[in-house]
Amino acid sequence: MAFLALKNIWVEYGEKVVLERISLDIDEGAFVSIIGPSGAGKSSLLRVILGQEVPTRGTISLEGAALPAECGPDRGVVFQRYSVFPHLTVLGNVLLGLEFAAAPFAARLFGSARRAAIAEAEAMLESVGLADAKDLYPAQMSGGMQQRLAIAQALIKRPRILLLDEPFGALDPGIRADMHGLITRLWREHGLTIIMVTHDIKEAFGLGTRVLTLDKRRHDPHAPHRYGAGVVYDLALTRKESAHALPPIPAEAAGITIDTIGNN
Amino acid sequence: MRWVTAVPGRRGAFLLGAAPLLVLALGYVIASAARHSGNAADKILPLPSAMVSAMAGLVFEQDRLSGQYLFWADTLASLGRLAAGLGIATLSALLVGLVLGALPRVRATLGPLVTAIAVIPPIALLPILFITFGLGETAKVALIVIGIAPFMIRDLAGHIAALPREQVIKALTLGANSWGVVLRVALPQALPRLFEGLRLSLGPAWVFLISAEAIAADVGLGYRIFLVRRYLAMDVIIPYVAWIALLAVAMDLALSRSSRRLFGWAHGAAR
Repeated sequence: MAFLALKNIWVEYGEKVVLERISLDIDEGAFVSIIGPSGAGKSSLLRVILGQEVPTRGTISLEGAALPAECGPDRGVVFQRYSVFPHLTVLGNVLLGLEFAAAPFAARLFGSARRAAIAEAEAMLESVGLADAKDLYPAQMSGGMQQRLAIAQALIKRPRILLLDEPFGALDPGIRADMHGLITRLWREHGLTIIMVTHDIKEAFGLGTRVLTLDKRRHDPHAPHRYGAGVVYDLALTRKESAHALPPIPAEAAGITIDTIGNN
Repeated sequence: MRWVTAVPGRRGAFLLGAAPLLVLALGYVIASAARHSGNAADKILPLPSAMVSAMAGLVFEQDRLSGQYLFWADTLASLGRLAAGLGIATLSALLVGLVLGALPRVRATLGPLVTAIAVIPPIALLPILFITFGLGETAKVALIVIGIAPFMIRDLAGHIAALPREQVIKALTLGANSWGVVLRVALPQALPRLFEGLRLSLGPAWVFLISAEAIAADVGLGYRIFLVRRYLAMDVIIPYVAWIALLAVAMDLALSRSSRRLFGWAHGAAR
């Protein structure tokens, strides 16, 4: 049984069909990159998986159980922008997820529970390289640091699936390469299943174990909204070792989540 | 140096800002002296010395009728009404604006009502307030509240509703429920805007206070100004107006200072 299964998903806004006949099985531990032209419904697909949007037709199930169409802590997300809270410090941003879980009414922790949460948050910040920045506010940080924070903030909830919506699109090339190394390392360390929407084809192939291309299969020139996009290419990348964009694989992590059997 | 890029330094800005005020004061003194050289009993532009002596009576001497120091009694009464009005308006703006901005269903239900109330000129409601609440303090405070609360509510609700959708989604993926989103995402980001809205409402609040006091009061800054108007007592009116201006500036400054201190994150990285 597939880890995450999408069955015949359609997304329509009134007359306009955005996605049609999307059926996918995604394995646990996969790193799926989604590419495609603008307006092909990449972000719509991500929103459907996130639960932010209800598909017009079709079902999504996680390990056989239907996924509720609302956002919850089982699916983490990092957007291109606005992923961190401007009114909280770096530490506060990461603590927030722990506070929501432990204190449903006050949404705050006190005393020893708070100290334990701070220790956990600091360890997470350490692993994304923000240990020295924990008292800064997001406005005082660069775009790359803000995305590091957004990733740490999502990972503290230990989500089953991490959804990335063009997470590195606004970063300059050097920082982007650093972030590629970071997300690859975290993906292996945490055994994450990642679904990433990107415009950057090199990034899609460099990071992913599987690349999906969304585009319209059919096109009616008189009514361009009549047909939605589907998956036109579904490529399993089995030889990750040769990808030059990747940092060397740590010995102990090698082979844990590397897809050698093909994911589709 | 171009005009559009020439930014004065701290000292320069202070001197530039003070210059028009000094020119205004000097212009007044010259005009006043000119009038008094023609008519020593002129009441329209009293000399500074006349203002000082008139005010000294109100500030330092007990009123023979009521036994009060009128200037201080007026100030206390007006500030009390203003504080009550601003406090109630701010609190209701925070509560209503927050739920209106954060909860789309509540916005759909109550948004049109708030808009409808906001477009009524508050002064037009003053007779209703006087009839309903009598001529006491309640009506005056209510006028201030009705005058500024709708604006503050709409401003705050608009600000909260305009928070990036991504923030709400992110909070939900972090395990928040609707209450958690309101408490930890919307509320903290509403507070600096509330201070801003309060600052902008200070001017209208003073207008409504003075209006209410002018029509029905027995003590207060606005009451005094309109009372002594009958005697053309410009030597009292001008210092009172200056005092109101000073109070308003002090309140504005205190609000902007405390907002910067409390919500450094909202005022840029310069913390």
